[in-house]
Amino acid sequence: MNIVYWAAAALFGGLGAFMVFTAGWEFPPMEAEQIGYRGVAMEQVTNPRILEKIEARNQVPEVGYQPEPGGPRASEVYENVQVLGDLSEDQFNTLMVNITQWVSPDEGCAYCHNEENMAEEGMYTKTVARRMLQMNAAINKEWQDHVKDTGVTCYTCHRGQPVPSEVWFRNSSPVMAGGRLGVETLGQNVAATPVGYTSLPFDPFSDYLSGTDPIRVIPEHALARPGGASIQQTEKTYGLMMHFSGSLGVNCTYCHNSRAFVGWSQSPPARATAWYGIQMVRDVNGKYIVPLTPVFPANRLGPHGDVAKVNCATCHQGVNKPLLGAQMLKDYPELNAVKVSD
Amino acid sequence: MPEYQNIFTRVQVRNPAHYGPPLPKGNWGRSGTPSFNYWLGVIGDAQVGPIYLGWVGIASLLCGFIAIEIIGLNMWASVNWDPVEFVRQLPWLALEPPPAKYGLQVMPPLAEGGWWLMAGFFLTASILLWWFRTYRRARDLGMGTHVAWAFAAAIWLYLVLGFIRPLFMGSWAEAVPFGIFPHLDWTAAFSIRYGNLFYNPFHALSIVFLYGSTLLFAMHGATILAVTRFGGAREVEQTIDRGTAGERAALFWRWTMGFNATMESIHRWAWWFAVLTVITGGIGILLTGTVVDNWYLWAIEHDFAPSYPPMDPVATDPTVSGGAAQ
Repeated sequence: MNIVYWAAAALFGGLGAFMVFTAGWEFPPMEAEQIGYRGVAMEQVTNPRILEKIEARNQVPEVGYQPEPGGPRASEVYENVQVLGDLSEDQFNTLMVNITQWVSPDEGCAYCHNEENMAEEGMYTKTVARRMLQMNAAINKEWQDHVKDTGVTCYTCHRGQPVPSEVWFRNSSPVMAGGRLGVETLGQNVAATPVGYTSLPFDPFSDYLSGTDPIRVIPEHALARPGGASIQQTEKTYGLMMHFSGSLGVNCTYCHNSRAFVGWSQSPPARATAWYGIQMVRDVNGKYIVPLTPVFPANRLGPHGDVAKVNCATCHQGVNKPLLGAQMLKDYPELNAVKVSD
Repeated sequence: MPEYQNIFTRVQVRNPAHYGPPLPKGNWGRSGTPSFNYWLGVIGDAQVGPIYLGWVGIASLLCGFIAIEIIGLNMWASVNWDPVEFVRQLPWLALEPPPAKYGLQVMPPLAEGGWWLMAGFFLTASILLWWFRTYRRARDLGMGTHVAWAFAAAIWLYLVLGFIRPLFMGSWAEAVPFGIFPHLDWTAAFSIRYGNLFYNPFHALSIVFLYGSTLLFAMHGATILAVTRFGGAREVEQTIDRGTAGERAALFWRWTMGFNATMESIHRWAWWFAVLTVITGGIGILLTGTVVDNWYLWAIEHDFAPSYPPMDPVATDPTVSGGAAQ
């Protein structure tokens, strides 16, 4: 019977080596929560050990000093206050300190301001920060279909970093361990993290989240008609959906009933929230981020000269509700007092 | 005697090397000096060679080599000829068919599917030549051609996926890429694009025959191993002159499930199940996109899909007022 033992040992050894040297494997056990009718595989699968780590890095900073709303306006006290002029002096100063903590804790005020003359224009970071304040207020005002009353703050994306950790550039050749590939591939067929280590197209963002190409590929009629989506378009949509799944830490079934992905009447309500999310990201990239491209220095741009843009992961960072659904905005109402249009 | 109960062959009968019967006129000779290998003897016959290659076999191997070479070099080129990345990324790499804009153009630019068409041509040539080889070898040994026709059924599915369906759809882009994960991603995307292939009845039949094949294979293999101690391994003799092995095997199944195949008919069962797996599968693929666009909706219209209690709450399509559409 020696042969059997050796064969079994070789088999499991080989399988183990394969799992160690390839990406994306997780140790069991997983937790599964049933969310639909029994036996139809409507369930959410989570790994409690990974969830623990994700929860640890999605905590909201402690709320500090609450500023006085009364007194002279910031626009009366300081020069060149363009979008926060309606705040009190105290509110304005507190918000500046908070923003520094959220965005450039190591670099300090000097990341955006000339410390000799705080009112001076000229640093690109100040221009960008002002526009981002407008964007933040616009999201909270115009995109409640997606952000609800929870809203967003600078910290939702920045998490103590001048450039949020989850951003994207146009990508025609992915970065490998051995350096960036020199050739233009067909935009797919390499192990790519944005699409969950599949070989699906690894830049679904340029066309769908910056551009407005149609994402829907499944026909809503039974019999064949000419002019439907190609398999390549389907794979790109599939790639985008893998990004959704990875960014939110959810399965397909968080938004879809997998027996009929297209069917809204069978989908969990989160699908509509996600739909507004796509529109919101397109709006944010198109109206606020991309127009800032000429403001940024070359070292902040991607290999194709485009600016760092937003996708689902920029806010969500691995959880279905950013910062685990914490109502952070409530403690910083000054953020919604920004003048959205100059 | 009890040796036969083992799942491995523990007794190896060694004859002097067998060269096979004389070949009909016009054939090449068999080549190679026969040798014996203990480990092959554990799972089959210990004798290796001589083999018959012939010009069909040589042409098939050559075409197959060219196809694999085109695919492999394209994959290597896609990682900028980096040998380490080639090994690391191999399961992800692919040679893709031409983009949809080229339709059925015979020679699009090499980097945009031209290489794919060439690889497909040589791979198909290799497979068809190998099919011809299985047919010719069977005829020259005086055998029936059941193996060749079973192989032809698999070739049908291969041709539907890579050639016949793309012709009907008017675009090579509809065909499958060459690559390990890429062809799996293609399969998943194909099912999603056409509204869930599980509701394609021919896909369902194909799965029935596929799983049925494994079940029949296990039942038959187990039955014969269980009666080899009575001479049941001599299946051909048992067919013509039923002995106690055949009787016991038949009785076992009749007692267990009320019906039994015979020593001969079990092989027809197995052959048809295997062959129907790919025949029905090929029909299912061919109808997808050419006749049916969304198999789930098709199944609903034909009362083929079960209905379940709705989710509560449920989403509504923000692009449709009232969210009434399916």
